[in-house]
Amino acid sequence: MAVSVDPIHQFELQPLVSLGHIGNQQIAFTQSALYMFAAVGVIALLTIAATSSRSVVPGRLQALAETLYEFIADTVHQATGADGKRFMPLVFSLFMFVLILNLFGMIPYAFAVTSHLIITFGLALIVILTVVIYGVAKHGSHFLGVFVPSGVPKPLLLIMVPIEIVSFLSRPVSLSVRLFANVLAGHIALKIFAFFVVQLLVAGAWGVLSPLPLALTVALTALEFLVAALQAYVFATLTAVYLADALHPGH
Amino acid sequence: MAEKNPLTTPSPNADTKIVPPGSPQAHTEQASGGHHAAFPPFESHTFLSQLIWLALAFGLLYYLMSKIALPRIEAILGDRARRLSADLDEAQRMKSEADAAGAAYETSLRQAQAKAQAIAQDTRNALSAEADAKRKTLEAELNQRLAASEATIRARTTEAMGNVRAIAGETAAAIVERLTGQAPDQATLDRALSATPALN
Repeated sequence: MAVSVDPIHQFELQPLVSLGHIGNQQIAFTQSALYMFAAVGVIALLTIAATSSRSVVPGRLQALAETLYEFIADTVHQATGADGKRFMPLVFSLFMFVLILNLFGMIPYAFAVTSHLIITFGLALIVILTVVIYGVAKHGSHFLGVFVPSGVPKPLLLIMVPIEIVSFLSRPVSLSVRLFANVLAGHIALKIFAFFVVQLLVAGAWGVLSPLPLALTVALTALEFLVAALQAYVFATLTAVYLADALHPGH
Repeated sequence: MAEKNPLTTPSPNADTKIVPPGSPQAHTEQASGGHHAAFPPFESHTFLSQLIWLALAFGLLYYLMSKIALPRIEAILGDRARRLSADLDEAQRMKSEADAAGAAYETSLRQAQAKAQAIAQDTRNALSAEADAKRKTLEAELNQRLAASEATIRARTTEAMGNVRAIAGETAAAIVERLTGQAPDQATLDRALSATPALN
């Protein structure tokens, strides 16, 4: 089947319902959108349906929801301190959204929503806009202190401030590209190694070598599960770290 | 153009063409391999659509998490922590109560023991005092009787000794009358009786 040969084909958007155009932008309900809403549904099931009994002694799913909550609450608390609690819903939503979408991508034949740069960039934009808007609203011009490292001699500030500005501006890029590139590269690598197995099997005597890429595929699959969870954690942690800047602009 | 995947090749009427995933048409189109337009993640004409769905999905998720899920989980955890600490406090209180009760029991036990010992001691003392008193009374009585008896004996002896003088006087008078034929006068008899040392 030719479809499986192309390692890029898996990232194509398939419109399920096309809704028209705005300029050259096609507006369509794609499988990507379906996966996003499915992820929202799964997260709601896990965090709302599983906790509906509000039992003091939790069931399995409630225990999972509590563990995830405490995990993110710890991360947020460590990065931002006590007043970071107001950002808990944002960081938790981001973490769960990225985690579930990454894990959806690990289901065979499923679509990896986070392999699209615009999605990860959109998520990073939410974070950066929250940091800037909250920081300016809370601290006004003091928020610019984020670019001025404290305890640095005045002459050095001439160098440090531009560096800080560039570093701040590169945050949304690094945040989105990191997640996107990890997921994309992982899926391409999986596809290519899996295709090697097929190619070797149909290549006569070379077929004896086919277990090698098969083993690699299995190992890569395990690695990709790790990456899926790790990138969600990294995204959430960096979000919390950036939000700490909005809360305490002075370094 | 009509056979191409509408999302890989933007065209004004692309929205009229819907290619369900996995349809034979999609496969032949891929198998032909004639066109590999852009790399899907970089096809900018899909960006607005993706951002809209992302905003809707993430907005819904954020709403659900911030309004329902997180307050509920927080309430569950808070409730559990409160209950645990309340139970621990209750257990601590009960333990101290039990300790106090144990100490009180020990104290009252010791007090009761001391009291019992005191009562036993008192009873023993009282009994022995009573016995002593009785013994002393008895002894005194006995001594008294002894003394009385001795006095009686002495009186009797004295009396008897007195009688002896009278008897001796009568006897002597009788003997003298028999021997001399005439009774001696009383004065002589008294003199003779007084001169006899055994009668005095």
